[in-house]
Amino acid sequence: MSVITLSAAELAGRIQSGEVSAVEAAQAHLDRIAEVDGSVHAFLHVGAEAALASAALVDEQVKAGSAPASPLAGVPLALKDVFATIDMPTTCGSKILEGWRPPYDATVTARLRAAGITILGKTNMDEFAMGSSTEHSAYGPTHNPWDLSRIPGGSGGGSAAALAAFEAPLAIGTDTGGSIRQPAAVTGTVGVKPTYGGVSRYGLVACASSLDQGGPCARTVLDAALLHEVIGGYDPLDSTSIDAPVPSVVEAARLGAQGDLSGLRVGVVRELGGEGYQPGVRASFDAALQRLEKLGAEIVEVSCPHFEYGMAAYYLILPSEVSSNLARFDAMRYGLRVAEGASAEEVMAATREAGFGPEVKRRIILGTYALSSGYYDAYYGQAQKVRTLISRDFAAAFAKADVLVSPTAPTTAFPIGEKVDDPLAMYLNDLATIPTNLAGVAGMSVPSGLAEEDGLPVGLQIMAPALGEAVMYRVGAAFEASRLADEGALTAPEVAR
Amino acid sequence: MPAESGAISRDEVAHLARLARLAVTDEELDVFAGQLDVILGSVARVGEVAADDIPPTSHAVPLENVFRPDVRRPGLSQEQALSGAPAAEDGRFRVPRILGEEQ
Repeated sequence: MSVITLSAAELAGRIQSGEVSAVEAAQAHLDRIAEVDGSVHAFLHVGAEAALASAALVDEQVKAGSAPASPLAGVPLALKDVFATIDMPTTCGSKILEGWRPPYDATVTARLRAAGITILGKTNMDEFAMGSSTEHSAYGPTHNPWDLSRIPGGSGGGSAAALAAFEAPLAIGTDTGGSIRQPAAVTGTVGVKPTYGGVSRYGLVACASSLDQGGPCARTVLDAALLHEVIGGYDPLDSTSIDAPVPSVVEAARLGAQGDLSGLRVGVVRELGGEGYQPGVRASFDAALQRLEKLGAEIVEVSCPHFEYGMAAYYLILPSEVSSNLARFDAMRYGLRVAEGASAEEVMAATREAGFGPEVKRRIILGTYALSSGYYDAYYGQAQKVRTLISRDFAAAFAKADVLVSPTAPTTAFPIGEKVDDPLAMYLNDLATIPTNLAGVAGMSVPSGLAEEDGLPVGLQIMAPALGEAVMYRVGAAFEASRLADEGALTAPEVAR
Repeated sequence: MPAESGAISRDEVAHLARLARLAVTDEELDVFAGQLDVILGSVARVGEVAADDIPPTSHAVPLENVFRPDVRRPGLSQEQALSGAPAAEDGRFRVPRILGEEQ
């Protein structure tokens, strides 16, 4: 088995035993990137030199016999280009930040470095994390390794595609309304949105601050858990960070892999999975329920009546926060500046016009509208009340079930170009993932097989209460182990070069 | 999904773009006005929910003000803070004129 197809856990073991050096692991992935990324375009920037230098430090520690910096020391990782990195550009997929080098590292970046993880580079994304396909990146779309003519999901399509194309065994994403989970679903990989506040937002360029959450992406549940424990936990630099221990997700993933879910109640959300879901997605979900039952879980139906208003509430709350957060791109302190010589106001307006893409502009305008006096109560205020009702729906559902499940996304990967000019159709991709962000609870997507009609990956979404990640990982790992035993790994076809 | 047509006019979109400091083009206005009208027609569904007595949620995790001890700690140096500036002079951000007249 070649180095690039190993799981992060296996690779870390071989690095610690000296069987594979961290430099060899880094070089194998850099070679793979050189080989396939011209077709996939998962990366916006590759930092080969820094990656090899970081890996060499791990090898020195291994040779010296010192304890590894973390269980993932020496394992390569792809970092979404929304996290500040002092040694690499941070663009958020936007022209307004082209070439910008932050003067500091995000907390997530710093924790990855401290853990000895090799950061290969920065991955492509929809501009400022607004989108479900990476087509809204100013640097061109990422292509799904399963079918290069299709989208890899978004906004974290670069991170998910890098995993599916074996360009990295680990990646980091951010999930504001599904940007980790939906790309995971459509690329056959694993993606976790932790509880809001579970992973620091310090140095994560803000999209919608009350919804944004960084999290781990991987090809296996255990790998995601190992990465979760590296990046998770309290950060005094993020005032919304939860001051509580990181849930023991690695232990939970190992327990789950033993395949016994007896005593656990799995709730099927009646409102997620009916109309608007592709038949192959529904069939895969039904099979997933049977599998969970076979593993000993009790399947119960729950109703979350306000989820059907989730998308409407989300597309008022998110643009409102966006319109405020993105006011910082004013051409004065960092980033692009055009129309030099004009007044400050003209420079701002011209720079923002030149630097932002259409989806960002649409959302800024929509948010400005929703926050306008006269419309505030009917739109933003009402959306915040719906947000309360969605949280109450979750609370009632979690009284009846330990975890909730649904399909992660309503369809498999769609062709590039199909929805890019129809914003509302694009927004519907996040129908099933949005409620967890609004309520701040945890969610993950685990591969559940291939859709019959198109042979493309489908994801199972598992949701858990705030800080309930352990039970979520347990269910995810049990499901994964059982599915792997029956059907084998979901491996994208060899990428055409 | 049918939208309530006329939720937002082209002129309103132009006004909002000005407020948001976006020098959008006429072509963009044509496109955005139609798209925003459809989006608003859809998100207006939040109004169907009876929620008069429901408290709003601005944040999923209830938080009081979060303070840290009032002790000095290192921040960015002046050089670091200016490192990404489009223009800097004498250790400060150099900004375009903010008043109507040339100085």
